[in-house]
Amino acid sequence: MVKFFGTKRAVDGLSFSVERGEVLGFLGPNGAGKSTTMRMITGFIPPSAGSISVGGFDVVDQAIEARRLIGYLPENAPAYTDMTVEGFLNFAAEIRGLRGDSKRSAVNRVVDMCFLQAVRHQSVETLSKGYRHRTCFAQSIIHDPDVLVLDEPTDGLDPNQKHEVRGLIRRMGEKKAIIFSTHILEEVDAVCSRAIIIDRGRIVANGTPQQLRQKSDWAGAVTLRVSGINGSALNQKLSQLPVVKGTTVLSEDATSVTVRVFPKSNVNGALAANIADAAQGWRIEELHTEEGRLDEVFRNITMPDTAGTSQEKK
Amino acid sequence: MNALANIKTITKRELAAYFTSPLAYVFIVIFLLLCGFFTFMVGGFFERGEASLVRPFFDWHPWFYLFLVPAVGMRLWAEERRVGTIELLLTMPITTWQAIVGKFLASWLFLGLALVLTFPVVITVNYLGSPDNGVIFTGYVGSWLMAGAYLAISCITSAMTRNQVVSFIISVVICLFFILAGFPPIIRLLEGWASNGLVDTIASFSVITHFDGFQKGVLDSRDVLFFLSLIGFSLFSTSVILRGHRAG
Repeated sequence: MVKFFGTKRAVDGLSFSVERGEVLGFLGPNGAGKSTTMRMITGFIPPSAGSISVGGFDVVDQAIEARRLIGYLPENAPAYTDMTVEGFLNFAAEIRGLRGDSKRSAVNRVVDMCFLQAVRHQSVETLSKGYRHRTCFAQSIIHDPDVLVLDEPTDGLDPNQKHEVRGLIRRMGEKKAIIFSTHILEEVDAVCSRAIIIDRGRIVANGTPQQLRQKSDWAGAVTLRVSGINGSALNQKLSQLPVVKGTTVLSEDATSVTVRVFPKSNVNGALAANIADAAQGWRIEELHTEEGRLDEVFRNITMPDTAGTSQEKK
Repeated sequence: MNALANIKTITKRELAAYFTSPLAYVFIVIFLLLCGFFTFMVGGFFERGEASLVRPFFDWHPWFYLFLVPAVGMRLWAEERRVGTIELLLTMPITTWQAIVGKFLASWLFLGLALVLTFPVVITVNYLGSPDNGVIFTGYVGSWLMAGAYLAISCITSAMTRNQVVSFIISVVICLFFILAGFPPIIRLLEGWASNGLVDTIASFSVITHFDGFQKGVLDSRDVLFFLSLIGFSLFSTSVILRGHRAG
């Protein structure tokens, strides 16, 4: 799909699919095109080129059928401020075609799921941001949709609420197809089965959180803290090991030295063992293999010009 | 069937929104006060000594509506865009048309309610004399249709901006044109230099010209059609504007 705003390409040839049972994390810097993409999926704005189908329905040509399958939480979680929480949810249920008992039970279900009992009869206008956010979230799941599109679902929530919402998304992800965008990288680990990083409207990375982490320069590197030797001597010793590509001294004080050791390619996990075997005349205080960090991958991918200065050189 | 249910749901929500804010009550009170004041004090209802509502009552309606209807209509879309709920509304499984018609109907029904609440005037004139209630009825129908036309114009201006004040001002200006085009002093001014055909054409765009028939008790299909087509065209323009925003 492609989206132009004037002559600006907000979304530039994005193509991906999400299956039932998947939770897709949508990452990217501000202005990367995350919200625009979500608006196109939900049919709020039409794509300039390309096509999007939800459950087999084209979101432009069969808009109503496609929208029935989707629950959408827009950015900033808008809600009608002149209604009560219950009135708003009743409206959302009615417009989704629920009537009578099924409407009542749907409203009760989402009020329970989103912990809204305390504010049920309160006007949306008087709610705190967290409650307002969850009210809008509740409307997106009121018809138990197969597809959920959530634009920053944990934005503005306190840590407890974030935890609850993440748990909710993970549980629902077992039966639904969920796309959610976030700036919080730990959320990707906590919730996603797959993540896509987009930048300037293009996909720059696509994989499980594990796969993405391995793109990190640190992935497979070993962080080592030792005592009884100084930094340069340690460096020299480590460099003689055949599996070591390079080392960086992270910190050094009177009692210990911390270094990061980078492996040559295809050493796969043998690095830590090799280092442990080589420990003679110095004592290992701490030794662990880095898994790679998502925030570093994210920075490297989305800031190619400045990445070189913000990471350690080997 | 489904479309009607959707429109009904939207209309219900919008009507509820009017009555949970003070806007509805302020509007109704001001409208009724204006009607009472102009009918009995300025309009010279008693001095005329005739059992009729045409001149003292209905004559003022185009002017009341000029300010009051844009005040009712200005929030319809501007508020949705400002708060961002438009993104919710237009991603629900409803068409844009259903949303537009639902919102319009809610406001129109609300204006109808305000109009119905002027019933004490009708009771008064019936108590004092024996007016032609058929004429009064067509007057009310015309007045309601005229309010609908103004309201549909307010829908366009409300969809154009997220600022309610801007929406209000622009729709007042447009509605003013639709009044002045048939306002007798303006017509006389135009007759001085324009051909009769041109003056008639301009006047035929005026709500006053078309409201006149209703006030005389004539339900002319051309007048009804004028108001309905003005409403239809305005709502269509609203949908074009809304689509334009989303196309970016």
